[in-house]
Amino acid sequence: MIAPVRPKISLLSRELVQKIIDEALLLLEKIGVFVENEEALSLLGEAGAKVKREYQRVYLTDSLVKMCLDKAPKIVHLYDREGQKSFILGKDEVHFNPGSAAISILDSETHSLRSPETSDLVKLIRLTDLLPHLDFQSTALVPSDVPQEIADSYRLYVALHFSSKPVVTGTFRVESFKVMKDMLTAVRGSENELMKKPLAIFDACPSPPLKWSNLTAQSLIDAARCGQPSELISMGMTGATSPVTITGTLVQHVAENLSGLVIVQLAQPGAPVIFGGSPSSFDLRFGTTPMGAMETMMIDIASAQIGQELGLPTHAYMGLSDSKLVDCQAGLETASGALLAALAGINVVSGPGMLAFESAQSLEKLLIDDAICGQALRLIEGIAQRDEPMALFFFEEQGEWPNFLAHPHTRKWYRHEHKYFAILDRKTYDSWVADGRKDIVQRAKEEVKRLLASSSPNFPPRDILNELKKIMTSEAKRYGLESLPSLNESG
Amino acid sequence: MEKEKIFAQMNQAIIDGNEEEAVRLARQALELKLDPSEVIEKGYVPGIQKVGELWEKGEYFLPELITSSEAMKAALAILEPELKSREKSLGVKGKIVIGTVEGDIHDIGKNIVASMLQASGFEVYDLGADVKLEKFIDKAEEVGADIIGLSALLTTTMIGQKKFIDLLIQRQLRDRYLVIVGGAPVNSDWATKIGADGYAENAVAAVYLVQELLAKTKRR
Repeated sequence: MIAPVRPKISLLSRELVQKIIDEALLLLEKIGVFVENEEALSLLGEAGAKVKREYQRVYLTDSLVKMCLDKAPKIVHLYDREGQKSFILGKDEVHFNPGSAAISILDSETHSLRSPETSDLVKLIRLTDLLPHLDFQSTALVPSDVPQEIADSYRLYVALHFSSKPVVTGTFRVESFKVMKDMLTAVRGSENELMKKPLAIFDACPSPPLKWSNLTAQSLIDAARCGQPSELISMGMTGATSPVTITGTLVQHVAENLSGLVIVQLAQPGAPVIFGGSPSSFDLRFGTTPMGAMETMMIDIASAQIGQELGLPTHAYMGLSDSKLVDCQAGLETASGALLAALAGINVVSGPGMLAFESAQSLEKLLIDDAICGQALRLIEGIAQRDEPMALFFFEEQGEWPNFLAHPHTRKWYRHEHKYFAILDRKTYDSWVADGRKDIVQRAKEEVKRLLASSSPNFPPRDILNELKKIMTSEAKRYGLESLPSLNESG
Repeated sequence: MEKEKIFAQMNQAIIDGNEEEAVRLARQALELKLDPSEVIEKGYVPGIQKVGELWEKGEYFLPELITSSEAMKAALAILEPELKSREKSLGVKGKIVIGTVEGDIHDIGKNIVASMLQASGFEVYDLGADVKLEKFIDKAEEVGADIIGLSALLTTTMIGQKKFIDLLIQRQLRDRYLVIVGGAPVNSDWATKIGADGYAENAVAAVYLVQELLAKTKRR
């Protein structure tokens, strides 16, 4: 049998990849990076980087960056909440997760954006837990019914409460890391276990161009020391915060990523780090950051190619849309992104469910996007030779009109070869009319309700649940919230 | 006649975003002893207004908008000192203290807004990025500002805009200043929710907003 070809897309010649890396290294050496964090500055200084303290500026040599690159793991393993199922980040593995940290939700009834509350977050986390093509959870909504100071840790609390999937998350305040780490440790049982079996990815966003704020630099250090992967979210906006050319933006993107990687490796040699980002083709008419623009996706694909060349796990914000509704544009942009990300072999793809740049989530879109992700994953499985001969035997056995439908061969292979997505309309016209002429958004709305109502919440064991609650309650009290919002109204 | 011709050239220099030419014409106007307030009003302001219109029509994109506002600022920098000595009464249209709130080191959006406001004749005090909330008040008190503008690019820092309004209330200064907010995650609902006086979704809209707010206060 001949093995399938893994379809793969790449946009840069090897020569250009090398040129971009070389210029990024030069940028780090000559111009350096701004690092607003004392501990990171000390680590960099001790490692021999030239540090201009008064300007909080660090100049990284070629050799320091390469030494750190050598220490960074090529493959990272993430584990689910139960510590049983593992996921590989590296090679050409593709894992989708909802686009993270939306500040709005598209209301299912009014079709308008509004502030999300705990009940929305619970639904989104539970839905993600149930959707088969989203491997990871993400703290995808910022609930408005808890104090902003605890919004980051609270999101993680809800995710661990209602889902087994590993979580893509991040801190909004330096102080929150400890609380989040305590919760992760409570799930694993010990810091040592957490180190051995990473459960969460911490996103850290440098500010373009070439700046690490105190918060993000600290997140790199803290995550490294407890063995949780840092995902570097470099986000140049072409023509606004990075050069307008794609290659110019890539140079800056690579420099930002590499500087983050150096901080991680100096904090904890060998700590997991993911080469990623949310760069965008800046819209010079409206001053917006269209994530559905083909050029945005081209930057992402090229960035991943460079990350792979550097031997690192990769990430991108793809499979999302700038549309404000779940409409044709939403489908077009999401599907293009998901397919291209899969073809590019990007390990962590954040985006499903997202609308309006990176500001809104929709439960209906998330459900539809799960099917889009399923299609993309099917594509990269490629075409396998299942048997030998492949067709001749039908005709030898049954003559010139073989009964394919009744043949055991069909039963044996049809579910392997063909995927079925209930949300996509493949009915005849008459049965579609008979079913009420519903479009995909109406069907998705009903399906979200049905799914949530027909399954019970995926809680961790009672003792872990109590421990999580204890940690979160005490944090909430520090910020004046006497009791946590109810998690029962879970749809 | 000569004057009209120069005004037309000034107008064109701003529309073209030709800083060198805008500056040369401003110097020429001073040499010719033209009234600087008239030069600004008739020579330059129509230019930047036209740029705003072209941008709204979708013909000009941000690079043109910024280049033109830079040209405008450069010309104003030459004319304003003269203006102040000769005609105090005209004065500036309003004083604005602007900056990105603490914890946030993004300043692209804020820079565009500051630049357009300045180009439209407002006196702008740009405090930069990662600005302590107290500092906005200190500066506003120092210069006698009318408006304080707070930018935030992150969902994590937009809370600083709310804290700032709370701080103004706490220091019993809320009625003293108009507060406007902006930034990628900010919208009009948020502005209303935190009790800000205004929100604009882009730099051209910010100029209209500021003009409107100041006109309203003056009517009061």
